Amino acid sequence: MLKIKNLHAKVDGKTILKGINLNVKPGEVHAIMGPNGSGKSTLASVMAGHEDYEITKGSISLEGEDLSDMDAELRSHKGIFLSFQYPVEIPGVSVTNFIKTAINATRKAKGLQDMPANEMLKKIREKAALFEIDSKFLSRSLNEGFSGGEKKRNEIFQMAMFDPKLAILDETDSGLDIDALKTVANGVNKFINKENAVVVITHYQRLLEYIVPDFVHVILDGKTVKSGSKELAMELELKGYDWIKEMV
Amino acid sequence: MEFQEKLLASHIAFEEQIDYNDPVHKTRIKALEVFEKKGFPSRKDEAWKYTSLNALISKDYALFPKSETPIELKKVKKFFLYEIDTYKIVFIDGVYSPFLSDTTHDGLDICLMSAALSKYKYRRIIDSYFGSVAKIDDSLTALNTSYTREGAYIYIPKDIVSEKPIEIIHFSTGKEKSIWLQPRNLIVLDNNSQAQIIERHQSLKPHDVVTNSVTEIFVNKEALLDYYKIQNDLNTSSLIDNTYLLQEKNSTASIHTFSLGGKIVRNNLNFHHSGQRINSTLKGVTILNGEEHIDHYTLVNHSQPNCESFQEYKGIFSDKSKGIFNGKIFVEGLAQKTNAFQQSNNLLLDDMATVNAKPQLEIFADDVKCSHGCTVGQLDKEALFYLRSRGVPKDDAKALLTYAFANNILNGVQLPVVKKRIKSLIANKLGVNLGFDL
Repeated sequence: MLKIKNLHAKVDGKTILKGINLNVKPGEVHAIMGPNGSGKSTLASVMAGHEDYEITKGSISLEGEDLSDMDAELRSHKGIFLSFQYPVEIPGVSVTNFIKTAINATRKAKGLQDMPANEMLKKIREKAALFEIDSKFLSRSLNEGFSGGEKKRNEIFQMAMFDPKLAILDETDSGLDIDALKTVANGVNKFINKENAVVVITHYQRLLEYIVPDFVHVILDGKTVKSGSKELAMELELKGYDWIKEMV
Repeated sequence: MEFQEKLLASHIAFEEQIDYNDPVHKTRIKALEVFEKKGFPSRKDEAWKYTSLNALISKDYALFPKSETPIELKKVKKFFLYEIDTYKIVFIDGVYSPFLSDTTHDGLDICLMSAALSKYKYRRIIDSYFGSVAKIDDSLTALNTSYTREGAYIYIPKDIVSEKPIEIIHFSTGKEKSIWLQPRNLIVLDNNSQAQIIERHQSLKPHDVVTNSVTEIFVNKEALLDYYKIQNDLNTSSLIDNTYLLQEKNSTASIHTFSLGGKIVRNNLNFHHSGQRINSTLKGVTILNGEEHIDHYTLVNHSQPNCESFQEYKGIFSDKSKGIFNGKIFVEGLAQKTNAFQQSNNLLLDDMATVNAKPQLEIFADDVKCSHGCTVGQLDKEALFYLRSRGVPKDDAKALLTYAFANNILNGVQLPVVKKRIKSLIANKLGVNLGFDL
């Protein structure tokens, strides 16, 4: 589904990614781990199509389609979803209205009519129930005054609404207490099926106890240096990243 | 003949059309002398540094509309708050339109300046208030004063709450290719009274229209005024709005200015205090594009202790549009315990758009809380990326963020129907259809 080959990317003239390789198939959960500053969040931004990042070498494709020159909105229409580490606050636009706008923008891009209001409402209610989100929350301004946990829960709720092919979760666990973490992980687990895939970017192994990955990749200095099964995450938790640095 | 000369020379003809025995004629003559001496302001005047009137005053304008040009209600309905019942004072090319208006004398006076000047029963109010807060040595105010004839006259007596909002609308039809309008409004809220007022100037087709308006507003003890200026005119129309308020003790006055169009718009907004525990609010949203130009020139003069003022202006400028915010807070030595806040935040969406923001604080009291802040920035790239990554196209994403930027000003709008109208004007101005009502 997602193929990344020897990906190099720079921002503000500085090369951050220096050789990323990743091959994600439908139904798989991949974890990307690495110390601070290794390029994890940059990789997330590059996958989702942030304008400031320039791909200088290598390739990235979704279902065989080259993504490198594709705008962020187009990637979203193709089925990529990025759950942000720091979701943006939009005063005056409710969660519901934002989701409506985004879903209908995608439908329009695909040549479809707007989703009928009652159908939209039904879907929102259904997914909200799944994530234990009450209706007051839906009429609040998007992310404005949300706690860290509410923001992340809202991201995962949006993910469920958009039903992407590939979901990238960037540090979704940061700033969450254990209960919020469980709710969010539970949402992700309900989302995963045979048709879609999830890439979990995280600093700690903690989240991976709840969202169990099929593969774990380690990034150091912008390169994927080691891949393995979920046991690799346990090993990192115990030993830290230094032993891999020495190995490399 | 230069237009300035014409204005001076035409005054004799003007006098023939009015009753020069009315109570304000001496003021007119005095004002004409001021204008004759001062002329139009130029960019040499500090207050007009960023706004030149040359492009306007180098043209010729009709001064006296010949007759009323009837317009059909259905063609202008959208400019009214038609969803609710309101009082209306409507002018077409400067001439009162009884057909479109809905005035009253039932417990409160919502009528015309010309009527108030000609009838004896209004004499006491005219004598007490007319020309008493407007700054006669300001040349444009003087020019307007010298040609005082028509405008809105609103008097809300003691303890009366105007149950309906009051709309003041000036249409210009383009029947005269170029026209210079000078409405003169007097609004008095007597002790413990309340009113909501909406003011609009609207051209019905592109033509050169310049409106030099003066509005005097008196908000007496314990009174409450809520005023909205909707400036969404065509980009061939210019407006010089001179508004002066005098508030008495325990009164609350708020003026929201929504500037969404016009060729050159200058808002001279002046608040004066006479009494303690006064609350003044000046807020605005400006969204301009093309070569539109706005100049907000505000003054809050704190002369009394224990008063508060809040100013917050948000500006969004695209293309080659230009914005100026000059906000002056003056705190006199007597005005201890003043709380004065001023904020001007601006977004520049294009390289050629400009903003000049100039806060001015002059404080002569030592126990006050005063703050001011100005920002000029661009849309947050990360925020834009966030929206686009959710499938929202770039232009819509920009519009959403722009709307979000201006949103907190809308929260202060008390009349739901006005809020709705402003939101749709903003969506229109931003050129987006977001699939829901903002």
